[in-house]
Amino acid sequence: MASIGRIFTFFRTLYRDGFRNMTWGWPLVGLILLKLFILFAILRVFFFKPAMRGLTPEEKSERVGAALTTKHKPDTLNLLTE
Amino acid sequence: MDVVIWSRIQFAMTAAYHWLFVPLTLGLALVMAVMETLYVVKKDEFWKKAAQFWMKLFAINFAVGIATGIILEFEFGTNWSNYSWFVGDMFGAPLAIEGILAFFMEATFFAVMFFGWKKVSPRFHLASTWLTGIGATISAYWILVANGWMQNPVGTTFNPDTVRSEMASAAAFWEVVTNPVAVSKFCHSVTSGWVTGGIFVVGVSAWYLLKNRHLEFARKSMLVGAIVGLVGSGAVMLSGDSSGVHAAEFQPMKLAAAEGLMDGGNGAAFTIVPGIQVPHMLSLLATHDWNGFVPGINDILKGYTDKDGNWVPSVAEKMKRGRTALDALEVYRKTDDPMVKELARTTYLEPNVQYMGYGHLEKPEDVVPPVAVVFWAFRFMIGLGMLIALVLLLALIAIWKDKLGSWKWLLWAAIVCIPLAYLTGQCGWIVAEVGRQPWTIQGLLPVNVAISSLSAGAVKTTFFVFLAVFALFLVIEIRILLRAIRKGPEVELFEA
Repeated sequence: MASIGRIFTFFRTLYRDGFRNMTWGWPLVGLILLKLFILFAILRVFFFKPAMRGLTPEEKSERVGAALTTKHKPDTLNLLTE
Repeated sequence: MDVVIWSRIQFAMTAAYHWLFVPLTLGLALVMAVMETLYVVKKDEFWKKAAQFWMKLFAINFAVGIATGIILEFEFGTNWSNYSWFVGDMFGAPLAIEGILAFFMEATFFAVMFFGWKKVSPRFHLASTWLTGIGATISAYWILVANGWMQNPVGTTFNPDTVRSEMASAAAFWEVVTNPVAVSKFCHSVTSGWVTGGIFVVGVSAWYLLKNRHLEFARKSMLVGAIVGLVGSGAVMLSGDSSGVHAAEFQPMKLAAAEGLMDGGNGAAFTIVPGIQVPHMLSLLATHDWNGFVPGINDILKGYTDKDGNWVPSVAEKMKRGRTALDALEVYRKTDDPMVKELARTTYLEPNVQYMGYGHLEKPEDVVPPVAVVFWAFRFMIGLGMLIALVLLLALIAIWKDKLGSWKWLLWAAIVCIPLAYLTGQCGWIVAEVGRQPWTIQGLLPVNVAISSLSAGAVKTTFFVFLAVFALFLVIEIRILLRAIRKGPEVELFEA
């Protein structure tokens, strides 16, 4: 546990001092934050809603199964009537 | 244009944009690791400063490239939801491993690399620099495992209850991970990144030499860049050969389209450009046999006997079997009778499931990708790749013979080769992805079935939003990158 604590402290200090002493890196950090904001707070929320959000796995199987079997042109072999 | 075309264009744009950043990340990671190794081994401060400068450019490229891959995952869920469900089990595992691995390796070693110059020993720092590059490379492997499976779907079985491709065992997972298409794709993509990184370093160094600035730094950086780029070029050729053999084996239509080969045969010639051919060369490249049989587009449509003597059915026959599989799936899902269910599954679905995607095609010619696009992209990829390798070789000769001062044309050529390296990489992906149309998953799922129920207008809107956002970020990155290059290597970096 003591070694895990030392590793945690090391990285905490590393990040803290690194950001404090950062000079030209700040515009890049700003750029990353701006991009993440656009991606997750705008594009994801308003434009990229998962098409099957809220469906149960069974409902998803049903929907994709229906898409697979209704988008094709049935062959002369029709198993349902055999 | 319909929703399928708009979704494909949007996905292609996002993937192409993502691939602007990945190769330079992979290539510069190797360059800066080599330079830092020289610093640790030779205890020469020069190499530390050199490594730090290229790390700065690496950081700029990384900052703009970060999370561009996530947009592809958004598109999977929104535009390609049928596909996402169909492949969920198979696709989710490699992408999850990639995400976790990338996060932890980048969060730890990346931080040590940038913030840790005065916090850790030189050897620990060197290990972190190498591990940052290795982490990015391993990330690429998992992505290409997923992509490789789409080109050659091994190790999975289709489950008609869940309508998903599933990995049944650890052995199946191993089969997916060691998929030969994924392995050769990984080697080809990563080593092409080394070429991009190498020519980038050579080109930027050439600019300093032309400007008569940082001369020692430029000469030594050029040496490292040229060696990394040439090693990459050699490896790209070897892995490209392996990719060709795998295309011939698993995606012969892609190879036929890349060659514009209508009618194949034994001892097939390689077309350099229309009208100029090298006899037997295509057979040699595709089968490693001077007289090996390479099927053309018409052979694949009509059916042919492959190099091992096995009959490959015509596309019409595959369509018939595919429709049988889909009919059986429909019966399986509708009936409550266990005996009918079992009959549909074992007698009709399973024996034909490998051709299930063909059941969605309207006519056999639908399996032919846009030949002209693939044909010319293939030629640009090879031609530009060889030009870049030549420039890298000449750069090494110029350094060796001390001709960098007098061979100004070579310095300009090196600068011009930077955008050409990006064009080469994009052409490679066009060959790989346009060449496999109409499939999202080879033989199993065509693009028009993989798509979600969306309106073309919705996809068009997001396409133009992306275009604007991507263009803005690209302009910002190029400006920051150029400013850093103009400033030069004397800048103190992240001295924490």
